Amino acid sequence: MKRFDAIKRIIETINNEILVCNLGSPSRELFNIKDRDENFYMLGSMGLASSIAFGIAIAKPNRKVWCIDGDGALLMNLGSLSTIANNQPNNFTLIVIDNGAYGSTGNQKTHTSQKTKLETIAEGAGFESIYVINNEDDIISTLKTLDRGCHFVKIKVLPGNAQVENIPLNPEQVKHRFIKSISN
Amino acid sequence: MNADLKLYEAIKNSKIDLILSLPCIMLKGLLQLIEERKEIDHISITREEEGVGIAAGAYLGGKVPAIVMQNSGLGNSVNAIKSLLQLYKIPVIFIMSHRGAEGEKIIAQIPMGKLTPDLLDLLKIEKFIIDSERSLKQIQTAVEHSISSGMPTGILLKRKLWGSL
Repeated sequence: MKRFDAIKRIIETINNEILVCNLGSPSRELFNIKDRDENFYMLGSMGLASSIAFGIAIAKPNRKVWCIDGDGALLMNLGSLSTIANNQPNNFTLIVIDNGAYGSTGNQKTHTSQKTKLETIAEGAGFESIYVINNEDDIISTLKTLDRGCHFVKIKVLPGNAQVENIPLNPEQVKHRFIKSISN
Repeated sequence: MNADLKLYEAIKNSKIDLILSLPCIMLKGLLQLIEERKEIDHISITREEEGVGIAAGAYLGGKVPAIVMQNSGLGNSVNAIKSLLQLYKIPVIFIMSHRGAEGEKIIAQIPMGKLTPDLLDLLKIEKFIIDSERSLKQIQTAVEHSISSGMPTGILLKRKLWGSL
């Protein structure tokens, strides 16, 4: 399983959840699998996906917020895990697709390809609901069981990017349609 | 009413409805009031750049967020200010104690303190200086400016506000 396969399964499970996606290949793959107004595609500020999603979760307590993050990006902003876990939003799911590599920049290894375990860091940060998925078949069944809560889900995949088109939206277009779609 | 309370009231009476914070000794009184009164939503964060992300998300969800922090944290936030806030046009208010300026005793604060006004200019962030109780009305102006321009805005709190130089 590669990142593209994991995102496909996530999208097969998603309903009306708000979705924030890490920049680069993950956002491009998500756009090509299923573009939705409720998708917030990051274009810069690597590392901040979980923070942006957490901010939305606070502001929209009646909507479920999912976040697709990456191992390299999350390693840039580990403090975010402690902030989220200590605030325990009950509408938040952080899905980290861990390919052990900086996929968008040439698959240089990240520390998760060696000793670092993100689920252990999440536990130490205070997350109480943690799932590790190694098989593609388990993605849908796991995500479907998640009710309200503050969840950390790691999906272990192999490195590699799908060959997909760039997102043909400018930043303000991404923002405006996203705000409109979640403002009710 | 002391300066902390007047500063707190000025923030509370603006449209700001979410505060993300990191501490500074100059902000001790303000942060204590925010914590005790519980009139404005408040979340303590681990790093200023993280606060930029949370504030951006909160704005997308309809809030008017501010980050209360030391000016040193502006340096930690530069890439996120450019490639998130200004790229998408997301207004976030930075309420910063201006360390490393007049009356500073800690030498390590001085380089960033000297750089801060120029860095705000370079980043194209409009800055509002609060150095007296009279100038506290600038907070309202700064918030209005941020919302109407859709851009991040800086408020620099000078030590003179508290009268101790």
